[in-house]
Amino acid sequence: MPSPRAAMRSLGSARHGSGHWILQRLTAVASVFTVLWFVAAMVSLSGAPYAEIRAWLGSNFNATMMILLVVSAYWHGALGLQTIIEDYVHSPALKVGSLVAVKLLAFALATSSIVAILQVAIGS
Amino acid sequence: MVEFALPKNSRVQSGKTWPAKPGAKRPKKFQIYRYDPDSGSNPRIDTYEIDLADCGPMVLDALIKIKSEVDSTLTFRRSCREGVCGSCAMNMGGHNGLACIKAIEDVPGEAVTIYPLPHMDVIKDLVTDFEPFWAQYESISPWLQTRSPVPEKEYRQSPEERARLDGLWECILCACCSTSCPSYWWNGDRYLGPAVLLQSYRWIVDSRDEATGERLDELEDPFKLYRCHTIMNCTNTCPKGLNPAKAIAEIKKKIVERNL
Repeated sequence: MPSPRAAMRSLGSARHGSGHWILQRLTAVASVFTVLWFVAAMVSLSGAPYAEIRAWLGSNFNATMMILLVVSAYWHGALGLQTIIEDYVHSPALKVGSLVAVKLLAFALATSSIVAILQVAIGS
Repeated sequence: MVEFALPKNSRVQSGKTWPAKPGAKRPKKFQIYRYDPDSGSNPRIDTYEIDLADCGPMVLDALIKIKSEVDSTLTFRRSCREGVCGSCAMNMGGHNGLACIKAIEDVPGEAVTIYPLPHMDVIKDLVTDFEPFWAQYESISPWLQTRSPVPEKEYRQSPEERARLDGLWECILCACCSTSCPSYWWNGDRYLGPAVLLQSYRWIVDSRDEATGERLDELEDPFKLYRCHTIMNCTNTCPKGLNPAKAIAEIKKKIVERNL
C-alpha cells in the first residue's frame, strides 16, 4: 500500500494539458463559423439537382469551407470524447484502448470525408 | 468505469430511531449516517428526534445535544464552533457545509439529513479520511518560496499586491468544495480538486513568491488541473463564500498566457 503522499506524487506532472484545452476552444470557435455557413448553404441548396451541388462544391471557397468544417468538427469531437473517457473510464486497458481508438477513428473518418469532398469537388 | 451504485458493503440500511422525549415542544427529526468499522455491518441511518425548543440554532448544536444526551456513540469532528477551523464539514440536507454555522432551519427537507462529506473514505460515522486530501495539499508546496537573499526585515508587499490574496487566504481547507465536485469524485486520486487549486493560486499570485513558474509547471497536467470543467459546485457550496472556480480559471489563464 503506497502512502497517500506516494500515491499523490507517483505520476508527477505531465507538463501538458493546456494545448488540449486551447485547441478545444479554438476548434469550438471554428466550428461555430463553419457549421453556421454549412447550415445556410444547405438551406439555400435544398432541392437542388446533383449537377448544381457539384458545381457549387467545385468552387474553391465552398470546397475549402467544407474541408474546414470536417477538420474542426472531427478535431473538436475527438478532443471532447477524450475528455469524457478520461473523466469516466477508469479501467486501464479500456481507457488506453478507447483513447487510441478515438484518435485513430477521428483521423480516419476525417480523412475519408475530405477525400469524398475532393472527389465530388474535383470530379473523378 | 465510474461506479454509480455503492459497493455491497457500503449500501446504507435503515437503523434505530430515538423518539422525542415526552412533552417536546418542537420535535425535529435528524437522520444521521452511522458507520462503525468494528461492527462489520453496513452503514445505517439512525433517526433522532430532538426538541428544537431546547436546542441551539445550529446543526452542530443538535449533534452535540445528541451525543451528550441521547447517543454517546455518535462520532463527528468539531472544534471552533464558529466557522474558522473547518473540522465539522459534512453533508446536510444534500449540501456540504460547516455544521457550526449551518442553521437547522436552513436545512431543506422535513428531516435534517446528515451524511459525511461525499466520496471520501469514512473512518467512523461522520468522520472521513483526510489523508489523501492533505497529501494533495502538501504536493503544491503551500509555503513562500524565494530565491533572493532573505531581507533583513519583512518581505515588502504593496497594499494592492496584498489585496490580490483576498478571497484566497480565507480558505480553511474544510474540503466542502472538493467533495462537492463530480470531477473530484471520479478522479480524486489525480485531480487536485478546487480547495487545493485555490490554495495553489494563493501562492501563485503572492507577489513575494519567486517560484510561480515552477508552480505552474507542476499544475500543467491533464488530471491535476484540467479535470475542472467549470461545474461550479465548489463556488456554490463554499461555506466561506469563496470562489475556487475563479481561482482555477485564473490558473488556466496564466498557463495559456505562457503557451500562446
